[in-house]
Amino acid sequence: MLVNLIVNGQPRSIEVAKGEFLLDTLRHLDYLSVRRGCDSSSCGVCTVLVNGKPTPSCSLLTVRLDQQEITTVEGIAKEAEKLATHFGHEGADQCGYCNPSMALTVYAMKKELKKPTLEQIKAYLVGNLCRCTGYQAQHIAILHYLEDQS
Amino acid sequence: MKVVNQLTPSIDGKGLMMGRHGYTDDFADKNALIIKVMRSPHPYARIVSIDDAEAKKLPGVELILSYKDFERRPFTRAGQGYPEPSPHDKFVFDEYVRYIGDEVLCVAAVDEATANKALKYIKVEYEILTPILDFETAKQHSVIIHPEPEIHEMFPIGFKPLENVAASYHMHIGDVEKSISDSEVVIKESFYTQAQAHSMMEPHTVNSRFDYQNRLVLYSSTQTPFHVRRIISQALQFPLSRIRVIKPRVGGGFGGKQAIHGEIICSAVSIRTGKAAKLTYTRKEVYESSYTRHPMRLDITLAAMKDGTLKAIDCYVLSDTGAYGEHALTVFMVAGSKVLPLYNKVDSVRFYGDVVYTNHTPAGAFRGYGAIQGNYALESAVDILCQKLGMDPILFRQKNMIKEGETSPIFSIMGEGTEGTAMNMDTCKLDYCVKRGMELIHWNQKYPRTQTKKDIVEGLGMAIAMQGSGIPYIDMGAATIKLNDDGFYNLLVGATEIGQGSDTILAQIAAEALMTSVDKVIVYSSDSDLTPFDVGAYASSTTFVSGNAVLKAAETMKHQLIIESAKALGSEFKDIEFDGEIFNDSKHQKQISLKDLSNRLYYNHDQKQLMVTESYVGHKSPPPFMAGFADVSVDLLTGEVKVNHYVSVVDCGVTINPKLAQGQVEGAIIQGMGMTLYEDVIYTKTGKLITNDFMSYRIPTRMEIPSMTTEFAESYEESGPFGAKSVGEIGIDTPPAAISNAIYNACGVRITSLPITPEKILKGLKKLKEHSI
Ligand code: FES
Ligand code: FES
Repeated sequence: MLVNLIVNGQPRSIEVAKGEFLLDTLRHLDYLSVRRGCDSSSCGVCTVLVNGKPTPSCSLLTVRLDQQEITTVEGIAKEAEKLATHFGHEGADQCGYCNPSMALTVYAMKKELKKPTLEQIKAYLVGNLCRCTGYQAQHIAILHYLEDQS
Repeated sequence: MKVVNQLTPSIDGKGLMMGRHGYTDDFADKNALIIKVMRSPHPYARIVSIDDAEAKKLPGVELILSYKDFERRPFTRAGQGYPEPSPHDKFVFDEYVRYIGDEVLCVAAVDEATANKALKYIKVEYEILTPILDFETAKQHSVIIHPEPEIHEMFPIGFKPLENVAASYHMHIGDVEKSISDSEVVIKESFYTQAQAHSMMEPHTVNSRFDYQNRLVLYSSTQTPFHVRRIISQALQFPLSRIRVIKPRVGGGFGGKQAIHGEIICSAVSIRTGKAAKLTYTRKEVYESSYTRHPMRLDITLAAMKDGTLKAIDCYVLSDTGAYGEHALTVFMVAGSKVLPLYNKVDSVRFYGDVVYTNHTPAGAFRGYGAIQGNYALESAVDILCQKLGMDPILFRQKNMIKEGETSPIFSIMGEGTEGTAMNMDTCKLDYCVKRGMELIHWNQKYPRTQTKKDIVEGLGMAIAMQGSGIPYIDMGAATIKLNDDGFYNLLVGATEIGQGSDTILAQIAAEALMTSVDKVIVYSSDSDLTPFDVGAYASSTTFVSGNAVLKAAETMKHQLIIESAKALGSEFKDIEFDGEIFNDSKHQKQISLKDLSNRLYYNHDQKQLMVTESYVGHKSPPPFMAGFADVSVDLLTGEVKVNHYVSVVDCGVTINPKLAQGQVEGAIIQGMGMTLYEDVIYTKTGKLITNDFMSYRIPTRMEIPSMTTEFAESYEESGPFGAKSVGEIGIDTPPAAISNAIYNACGVRITSLPITPEKILKGLKKLKEHSI
């Protein structure tokens, strides 16, 4: 089936099988920042924004996304870089496998919540698992990023 | 120091956050054959027949491989140096399957759907055999898990397959029985630890193809690219010189990627078809069919005098290696060798036991590597002893623990598979770590417990720990530094970045020695064709072993640079001063910049490439030490435990990168906390692992983490690069005992098996109540 997606503002038409998930479609289209960590929609590594909302791409059927706006981390490069700067200062990046999806979730949170508290941040990001960092440094970095007016 | 021990953001964090390509699957060929593995539904069975006729007819099915397609040649997937201290007890595929999830055969097809469909079309008939699912009954069981005659040990490791023993060991110092009977207070306890799963976010992933020189090229998410190359060659009898293993960015390892996973099968498919292939584990396969931590039973006896002098430690360990013996002996050894020296003043020690085969998912390397199991048992037992002595557990530790300048006979007796290496503790700031930790956790105010609400009690607990820094005389790392025109460097290392930050800290070490900045040192790591050898990322070796190699290489490069600058200036070597940018002969008022020198070397005069390689192998393994303190709340109604605060004070020598070192400690603390409280491993009665995804196997999320305070003791290890020891594993060791001691101090319940679930606590509370009536 032909599906028309809008990925990072660019229209992309693609022929997909009925049962294909967005994660696979995006990787076929070379949006390789979108990665797989599980098979049960439970790790958050594959998160993209669908019309601005963080959603696990591994559980979305591509055929149902005709004309929808999909954002991958490539689409928010500036913000991701800014967040990365704060991660760098806190030593909050380790393997990095969870990072692009987290950048997208943080970006969506920034738009949605005004001055979130640490508890709100934890709750918003709870679906983004990370096995490396122990989370605390990430949270400090995210708080700094949210305060960063540059 | 300008670069080392300074705030330095990781060199790759930005690119990775921005989604740049880098992980194994990002390099898979677009048209790679997809490999799917059929896995055993039985814990123990013999394959009677395989009918793949229907599957072969499916359009798009390229190849089906089973045991019939391979010569029987045993090897080990352990991913260790050669000869390995693990038994060679595995075949690419075998007629026998030994756990639910074991490899039966594989299909390579044009796409995933076809491969999966083919698996459904293949009929395998099994003769079902009786499995061994309880490791405490495995030894000398009537069922033999590895009866095959070809398997063998590479050197004596106590391998007795006909008794289901993969490895065994016994050592003693002094007369333990006598010390115990001469002592005034004796305690005895058994502890159980579970088969924790690494749960790294990137599943095991590999892809392969033949390049235009007709060589086999693999990208693999591995911790040991050089060992992978060697083992593929051994197992498939394919020339080592025709294999290139590239380790790209790795999405977490924690020991789980030390061993071989799909690399051999993937290579076999490419070799037989000449085509590109890829194999990515599903999350279920990661849990069921890779490796776990070795579950153990540890029986500990401690004997002391009433004044709190520890006299004897007796420790029997039974370890479950599952269906195959990867890391069987060495993990077992570390449960003693990196735990027992903590109390080095005892009269006698005994450490012995067996590592047995069962029909469970095999166990392998996992951060902590035996030390976490041993630490949980010993550091819990110490608190139990203190309770009986009526002594403050901190005073007891201060009296008995190892101190700077001291040694322990254990170091020379217990190595990893062979004898160990004697060494003195040139740096050991445990004393400081304990004192500082007490302040940070408010020990004197809060120990042992405070009642915060009617049904909530808070308790404090602590534990001390040590690890190592590589395996002396075995682990080797090498580094090459190349000077480029314009005066910047390439640093080529075999050392394996797996997310722990090694590329960054090795660049820092080179930059510091060459007096330049990190952006002038371009790192490329772990490519078997291009980088020098390194054993890989394990045994907490990278900072110490590979770091020393980098430091040596940088110093040699500096020396060469000065020689060349002297030539260029017509000066004498001894008159040159180099500050990283300018070579200055102040005596004769001549100078040249590094940039001009490099350009001169490559374009104008005395043309030559400056490139140096140095290697390092440790002659000792200076242990990092730490004290861990937990502040927990126990809900007396629900049995639920919350860790409120965790304090770590660590002596890892000088931290090359303080923030990344902190990240290593805190990430490990949370993994250790996961093992202590949440990460339950459940097998059904028929041997099926049912905790096989992120929902049933609960790793800590953001919601459960305590606030963490992490500090480093001031410490300078002479033998380490710029004073550094290792820091990758030490953080994981203390949470089980510290949290468990805190729970005891809070509510009086002592849990001796991990994980500590609310059910176990409620049961304990109920028992306490019954006793007090
Ligand atoms: S891949 Fe894990 S949630 Fe999508
Ligand atoms: S940094 Fe490795 S999973 Fe988050």
